[in-house]
Amino acid sequence: MVEHRPWNDIIAYAILTLGVFIVAFPVYVAMIASTHDAATVVGGRMPMSPGGQALENYYRAIFVGGSRTAPEPVGRLLMNSFISAIGIAVGKICISILSAYAVVYFRFPFRKTAFWIIFVTLMLPVEVRIYPTYKVVADLRMLDTYAGLILPLIASATGTLLFRQFFMTVPDELLEASRIDGAGPFRFFWDTLLPLSVTTISALFVIQFIYGWNQYLWPLLITTQDSMQTIVTGIKKMLVTTDELAEWQLAMATAVLAMLPPVAVVVFMQRLFVRGLVETEK
Amino acid sequence: MANVVLRDVRKTYAGGFEAIKGIDFEVGDGQFCVLVGPSGCGKSTLLRMVAGLETITSGDIDIGGRIVNQVEPADRDIAMVFQNYALYPHMSVYNNMAYGLRNRRMPEPEIDTRVQEAARILELGTMLDRKPKQLSGGQRQRVAMGRAIVRQPKVFLFDEPLSNLDAKLRIAMRVEIRKLQRRLKTTSIYVTHDQLEAMTLADILVVMNSGRVEQIGNPLDIYQKPATTFVASFIGAPPMNLMPLRADEIRAQFAGDSRAGSEAGILGIRPEDFVISSETIAGGIALDLTVEAIERVGAETFIYGTRQHEIQGVAANPGDLPPGEVIVRIPGAVAPAIGERIKAVAPRENLHLFSADGRKRIDL
Repeated sequence: MVEHRPWNDIIAYAILTLGVFIVAFPVYVAMIASTHDAATVVGGRMPMSPGGQALENYYRAIFVGGSRTAPEPVGRLLMNSFISAIGIAVGKICISILSAYAVVYFRFPFRKTAFWIIFVTLMLPVEVRIYPTYKVVADLRMLDTYAGLILPLIASATGTLLFRQFFMTVPDELLEASRIDGAGPFRFFWDTLLPLSVTTISALFVIQFIYGWNQYLWPLLITTQDSMQTIVTGIKKMLVTTDELAEWQLAMATAVLAMLPPVAVVVFMQRLFVRGLVETEK
Repeated sequence: MANVVLRDVRKTYAGGFEAIKGIDFEVGDGQFCVLVGPSGCGKSTLLRMVAGLETITSGDIDIGGRIVNQVEPADRDIAMVFQNYALYPHMSVYNNMAYGLRNRRMPEPEIDTRVQEAARILELGTMLDRKPKQLSGGQRQRVAMGRAIVRQPKVFLFDEPLSNLDAKLRIAMRVEIRKLQRRLKTTSIYVTHDQLEAMTLADILVVMNSGRVEQIGNPLDIYQKPATTFVASFIGAPPMNLMPLRADEIRAQFAGDSRAGSEAGILGIRPEDFVISSETIAGGIALDLTVEAIERVGAETFIYGTRQHEIQGVAANPGDLPPGEVIVRIPGAVAPAIGERIKAVAPRENLHLFSADGRKRIDL
């Protein structure tokens, strides 16, 4: 659309700029706060320019930990979060691509039923089935383990649906050509379907990594040891103190650190899947 | 090298729809067989049954003396070229051709020899590293052919391989496919709905209609002696003029010829068998036409005319010319004016006579 009305442009930019400001300002405050010492942050008059404590704050946050409020250094929490987010994303992709493959390409009894059962689980997120899930995980002695953090979250109807939709757009002739070329079900999956799914996989990975990273309720429930906490629950614990001032500068440094991996994943993977989307040809 | 024999092959889908209603034919070793018919006639289904991509409800398919009804597609020793080529989009041209050989655990040097040889024949030598999407339609078509050639199968199966190409390329590739097949002497079955492709490629032509074979034979024989009105109007363009005649009209037209019988029938005359002339030919037919439309294509001209006195009687087959309309093809570009009255005559030997239901040819 070619329209030349300068006022429209100015208004549009003004609204967008305001939106960006509203979203970005808290992030900016967190970053500034993480560079001052405790007294300045708590003092009530937050300066709007960076202070000189950045290195020390981040060093303490990552390697030492707070005095009493955050007994585990953030480095450990970051690693926990990273392991569980990767585990959830990879696990979800593996399970959903395989189940979608089965549902789309194989004729077995109750195939439709199987698909609908998977579909129905969309209505049962962790929050709804939290008690039975907790009970199962506890009985399997998976409390305070990575398996406990990851496994209950990896079943994914969304992923299965996404792959199913993608597989259904792959022309049947490709499967038939593979059959004539002597590729069995496994080879067809590995040699043809998987390479074609790279873009779908990366899209799903971005979504699920962030989903896994942002998990709050579940890790809060099943981790009791400080060493098994994820960074998201860790931040929360830093702020809830009974008889001491929260170390806001460390909490802010932790928050900034917690933002980095998802941002990195989006920035890096987005290029991959945008490129993939542009080039799609099946 | 092998022949392909179909014996009373049938296919009924789970819903009860009978796609193939008993088909028998044989393709001899090294022959080029073309299955032709309108869309939905079951020709692609039949080809896919030979390939092993569709199950056979009953009957036998025999490739090179072995009944393959239960054999996996990969083990039938066939190669197939698909309408949309079905190239693996993420593999290079080389790997597209090599994939089937690698799956058969052929040693890599042998694969390389075969792929290079196929690339040479198909002039793909400079494109081996490209991906299918970097190729034009014609080049993709060649890669699909190359994938079939490298396998050195007993039988090539082609499923409308040219229908995604533009008209000019289609003619060029048609000639190439024929040359290639002559050179490799591989038994081939080719499916198309294009009667021109069918006529030019086939050693044996199988004309199909709604799951049945209408006629099998040499393309020219089929053109000259179509067995049914369906074949008569399907093979040849523009289609044969078909005119239902009453019993008395038959007797009048074929007076003294007992073979024509004395029942109502359908008279067929090809547009190219007419001559515009004021003189009638003894024993032949003469139609008085009013010119309705003219199509000049340069070397020839098509005249669409209506018969002046309608021949009343048996209803024409659906899909045929509207009753009363006749197409005449004359060479050159000199044509009568629209509205002019002309006389189109055809000699006796160019008349075709069919039974009134169009299912049987009456030889004159």
